[in-house]
Amino acid sequence: MVTGEHKTPNYMAIFWWLAAFTAVEVAYSSLLPHSEKTLLILGLVGFAAIKATLVALYFMHLKFERKSLGIIVGSTLILGVILVSVGMAEHWLPRP
Amino acid sequence: MEAIALTHAPAHGHEEEYTTTGIPHDKMGMWVFLCSEVMFFTGLIGSYIVLRFATPLWPPPASVLNIPLTAMNTFILICSSVTMVQALAAISRGDARKMKLFLCLTLLFGATFLSIQGVEYWKLVHEGFNPHVSLFGSVFFTTTGFHGFHVFCGVVCMAFVTGKAFLGKYTQARHQGIETLGLYWHFVDLVWIVLFTIIYLI
Repeated sequence: MVTGEHKTPNYMAIFWWLAAFTAVEVAYSSLLPHSEKTLLILGLVGFAAIKATLVALYFMHLKFERKSLGIIVGSTLILGVILVSVGMAEHWLPRP
Repeated sequence: MEAIALTHAPAHGHEEEYTTTGIPHDKMGMWVFLCSEVMFFTGLIGSYIVLRFATPLWPPPASVLNIPLTAMNTFILICSSVTMVQALAAISRGDARKMKLFLCLTLLFGATFLSIQGVEYWKLVHEGFNPHVSLFGSVFFTTTGFHGFHVFCGVVCMAFVTGKAFLGKYTQARHQGIETLGLYWHFVDLVWIVLFTIIYLI
């Protein structure tokens, strides 16, 4: 029972997109030279973000939920990003 | 503020519980739990990233880990997610037979994922890659191990829910348990999507 009525998404289409992105990720990782570190990280994180968003929006039905639930989940994600960024800051910021 | 909970049966026969948030209590509880899980895994992933950047000689993951095997395992977990959501869709339209079929498939995929992860661990340990051999080994086994434990808990809950489904406890009007477990299951899949990319591919 998802909150509110909505049209059932095409789950199989989402599944094939996820499978395709996984295949592309593995190929991208193995074909791109590892000297291209920035390109590798940006590309792979981008693919993972798209896949995670598809799962959250369509399989977890976040797209069809109330805005309040989106705010709760969104706040958690922002806190998560802050946590990782603070950890990374040690390496980005110049040492005294 | 006093919470107001009303229960009524709308015209289409679905018995739904309405709350001040408009979201059923068990579903809201699961979402709050998942938010805490986000922070838990953020701590693990954040530690991995920080340690990796701080260590100059980090082995390329592909030189130690079996990427094709894990890619297949990722595909299996994605399959389990789609069968889980199909089980919910089936019972939502009153098809109990398909719901049971999809729940069994989800259980099978979850158990397969755990078995493959067990084989992967066994091979790695026999090749000398274990939690105390290096920093990479330590964070690899901690992070993937905690995820594996979450999958294990999901499989146990899935077995319970599947059993209830076979006892006819879920109907078109009452199947919140399947949706709540489904949320947990998809979350575990989502976390694996991130872990696979960060630990195995980068």
